[in-house]
Amino acid sequence: MKSIIRIFALVVRYFYLIKTSFPRILELMYWPTFQMILWGLISKHLINSNDTAVQIGGVLIAGVLLWDVLFRSQLGFSLSFLEEIWSRNLGQLFVSPLKPLEMVLSLMTISFIRTIIAMIPAALLAIPLYAFSLFQMGLSLMLFFSSLLITGWILGIFIIAAIIRFGISAESLAWGAIFTLAPLSAVYYPVETLPEWIRWLSLSFPQTYVFEGMRDVLFNNNFRTDYFLKSLLLNAIYALLAVVVFLISFEEARKRGGLINTGE
Amino acid sequence: MSENIIEVRNLSKKFINHQAVKNISFDLKRGEIKGILGANGAGKTTTITMLLGLLTPTSGSIKILSQDISKNRYEVLNKINFSSPYVDLPKKLTVRQNLFVYGMLYGVKNIDKKIKSIAKELGFENLLDVKVGELSSGQKTRVSLGKAIINDPEILFLDEPTASLDPDTADRIRTFFEKFCKNHNTAIILASHNMEEVTRLCDNVIMMKDGEITDQGSPNSLLKKYGKKKLEDVFLKIARDKNNI
Repeated sequence: MKSIIRIFALVVRYFYLIKTSFPRILELMYWPTFQMILWGLISKHLINSNDTAVQIGGVLIAGVLLWDVLFRSQLGFSLSFLEEIWSRNLGQLFVSPLKPLEMVLSLMTISFIRTIIAMIPAALLAIPLYAFSLFQMGLSLMLFFSSLLITGWILGIFIIAAIIRFGISAESLAWGAIFTLAPLSAVYYPVETLPEWIRWLSLSFPQTYVFEGMRDVLFNNNFRTDYFLKSLLLNAIYALLAVVVFLISFEEARKRGGLINTGE
Repeated sequence: MSENIIEVRNLSKKFINHQAVKNISFDLKRGEIKGILGANGAGKTTTITMLLGLLTPTSGSIKILSQDISKNRYEVLNKINFSSPYVDLPKKLTVRQNLFVYGMLYGVKNIDKKIKSIAKELGFENLLDVKVGELSSGQKTRVSLGKAIINDPEILFLDEPTASLDPDTADRIRTFFEKFCKNHNTAIILASHNMEEVTRLCDNVIMMKDGEITDQGSPNSLLKKYGKKKLEDVFLKIARDKNNI
């Protein structure tokens, strides 16, 4: 129970940050909406120029929105942690009874809240603008959404482990690391499009199965349970690895004095 | 004689190129105020950071409230607290929000009531709804001290608590600590450069130089031993004496 209160305390701390800043809320919603509008227009152009490409529009918009779930989930996780670094608050936090894994759980919670705030307006706006409802995917959407959310958290854990280990210089990972995965994640095209020699790498990422599964739902109205389970299994393996890496980094930081000195 | 609530034995910390703390041992009793004095780089902050569990010692042991903190750190963290002008509270949160969050982290009951009483004691009632980033350094220090006592700690670690305060506010803070320790039987480890503060507050003083304890005792006993009238002169003698250590 005490542990839950501490997790909740930190969620409240991050929620205060969002609540008290309208520009922050606007910023959360801005990029997903902007992306959706941009890619919606591109899809519309494709639809107009080629009748056979009608479904492509939906696939592109769904790809954009679901990729943004992954990105926002990772960003929400990493940025909330960076707030502690920027405000030189890490030392205060770890002198309190807060445990490292409690911090991870609170970062996951706030990442979920931030992702919802970011994604809902974009997904709703896609309905009147492009007659595309992501919600048509129903239960499969919920399942894919949760899998991507977890993948984003895992990436976030690896990133904060790097920040704890290497200091503020690793901050840029929070913004850019995920984009190195984009070409290999089969967001807008099937895995078969990738050169054969690198497909194994793409298939070792949980998000690849989500995007492959999303295309099956949109093209064939078929939810691939095997894809979903593979993404969950990979998430479980990476989550375990991420937590181990994070705890090792945390102990390393305690040896070097990184918890008290990390800051701008 | 009251019990030891901190027992430090043969504590050392070596960073890659630098031995910051060398084989130090000392005790702290319940209700005692112990000052750690030393020039910059003497190892005061490193020692406090190890006591707080933020830094792992290279060797030696630390027992706080009978718990070995290398194994049971989380058993003691809700009974101790810390304040330093060099570690901030989140600037974008108001004073009240910060204290509320820390109150929850420490499992404080009736947090709102507690915040009001702390704010009254430390004289920042009118600042409760101001963002921490908008406070002066003196106000920030008072708020940081408010956070440090939110859990009624049995041991308080203070790193230069009055470093950025004007003489009037610094005096009020010292008076506050005297009262607080008396009323709560709280022990304090105080790292400071302010000799007047140490003389006034501390029952015992540890003198550190180059990571080692060069001397320790009550302020009066140190004055007597070194034949000086002010603790500052003792400090200067130890800091400048090449034969010392």
